[in-house]
Amino acid sequence: MAERLSNREGIKGMANPTRYGIERVAYWLQRLSGLGLLAYLIGHIYETSTIVNGKIAWDKMLALTETPQGHIILTIVIGMCVFHTGNGIRLMISESGKGLGKPGQPEYPYKASSLNYKQRLCIWVSIALAALAMMYGAAVLFGD
Amino acid sequence: MRESIIMKIHYGTALGAVALVAVHILFRMTQKFSDSLQYQNVLANYHFLPYALMLEVVLVLLAVHGFNGLRVILLELKQGVAYERVINYGSIAAMAILIAYGSRTILMAGMGI
Amino acid sequence: MATVEIPKEQKAEVPSFSSPATDKPTTITLRIARSNPSEGTLTKFDEFKIPVQKWTTVLEAILYVKQNFDHSVAVRYSCRQASCGSCGMKINGKPSLACYTKISELDSNIITVEPMNNFPIIRDLTVDFKQLFSTHKKMKPFVISEESEITSGTKESIQTPKDLEKFLQFSYCIKCGLCNSACPTMSTDSSFIGPQGLTQAYRYVADNRDKGTKERLKIVDQSHGIWRCHFAGSCSHVCPKGVDPAMAIQMLRGYLLGFGK
Repeated sequence: MAERLSNREGIKGMANPTRYGIERVAYWLQRLSGLGLLAYLIGHIYETSTIVNGKIAWDKMLALTETPQGHIILTIVIGMCVFHTGNGIRLMISESGKGLGKPGQPEYPYKASSLNYKQRLCIWVSIALAALAMMYGAAVLFGD
Repeated sequence: MRESIIMKIHYGTALGAVALVAVHILFRMTQKFSDSLQYQNVLANYHFLPYALMLEVVLVLLAVHGFNGLRVILLELKQGVAYERVINYGSIAAMAILIAYGSRTILMAGMGI
Repeated sequence: MATVEIPKEQKAEVPSFSSPATDKPTTITLRIARSNPSEGTLTKFDEFKIPVQKWTTVLEAILYVKQNFDHSVAVRYSCRQASCGSCGMKINGKPSLACYTKISELDSNIITVEPMNNFPIIRDLTVDFKQLFSTHKKMKPFVISEESEITSGTKESIQTPKDLEKFLQFSYCIKCGLCNSACPTMSTDSSFIGPQGLTQAYRYVADNRDKGTKERLKIVDQSHGIWRCHFAGSCSHVCPKGVDPAMAIQMLRGYLLGFGK
């Protein structure tokens, strides 16, 4: 009831990457990749802990993960990791006030200086690097 | 702790993790991928002290960065004094549990137990 | 007024506005969200066929509805020239000023207007700005200076054009609330200061006459303050005055991290 009265969009609004350009898509992908990587970290810590239970336990775990499905998941993780890193570095630089342009007298049509080609380029480069890393990772994993 | 200090830690752990995870991944590329996952080869990594220490540092950095990120997302989803307290302490607990569990693996594998 | 629900899946045609002013106007369908929270009514959409011309704004279309179909539509407006910030609303899913958005720009003959998100609805298209104003006040939106009292021997504050340029664009905020409506954090975080408040905090931090930087940085450096901004940029995307709240917030963050001066 309170949420309806406050007229907040809720998770639907926060998680909607459309309507506002590539920067909003990058925000959504950064969140998604962050959650995905955290889930992978927890799984990876558990997976690697089987080494202390001996060779048989380790090989059993490998049989579970060294499968086509496991490799697909790992390929996606590689993509998420590269995008999260690239976009994260862009965010760290921007959030220190660099690469945003200079404040000045706004002129019609009032294009925002902070949403400039440098930001968009970095986002696309992060996406491209993630795609390349995924292709390379898939080649290594499936080529073995 | 002031939020700006927490976020400086968040950025610091991010930068540290990027460097060390890159080393961790490159280590897998010193041999054929499937060979690098064999039991003896993995164990040999844990017996190599600098690498084991590096893994420990990566674990701490990623646990802090990851769970702080989750804490931020959860704090934005719902507000309230009690809820925020649970999220803040829960994140610290989760970090501690993950670091403890991962360190157990590194210690036991490194000491040959 | 009989209403016919047009399914959302129906492809909206792009109306032709190429005819000169003397030709017959085009007809579009204006869907207005109607609700009255004080009476507990759920939101429903009323539809009206409106004649529009190339220069007709969304506000003019809504006022046409009020004049000719249903005078009970609640809408806030004033200057009709994007100066007052009163007519902010969601137009085809995006927060915009109704007086500043031409129907012809929207490339659709079905125009849906709804109240701005992240603001409590009073009625129909009118929303409550209490939280925005109270947050704005918390940022101490005035120059803090020991020399603000005029006494004998007081001199004027020196500010060069370069000093002015550092904060001028952020002072153009008209408090329309579109940035707060577009912000993804404000969709879920009811305690977040919001792009408008944070931008105004920076406006004064960047003003060389102001000596209250430490106070303002303390206000924004909290768990639902500046750190809940993640530079999604939607605020700058929708700002009708070129204030660029995203730039102000990142520059303020630079201050907190020790990069700004």
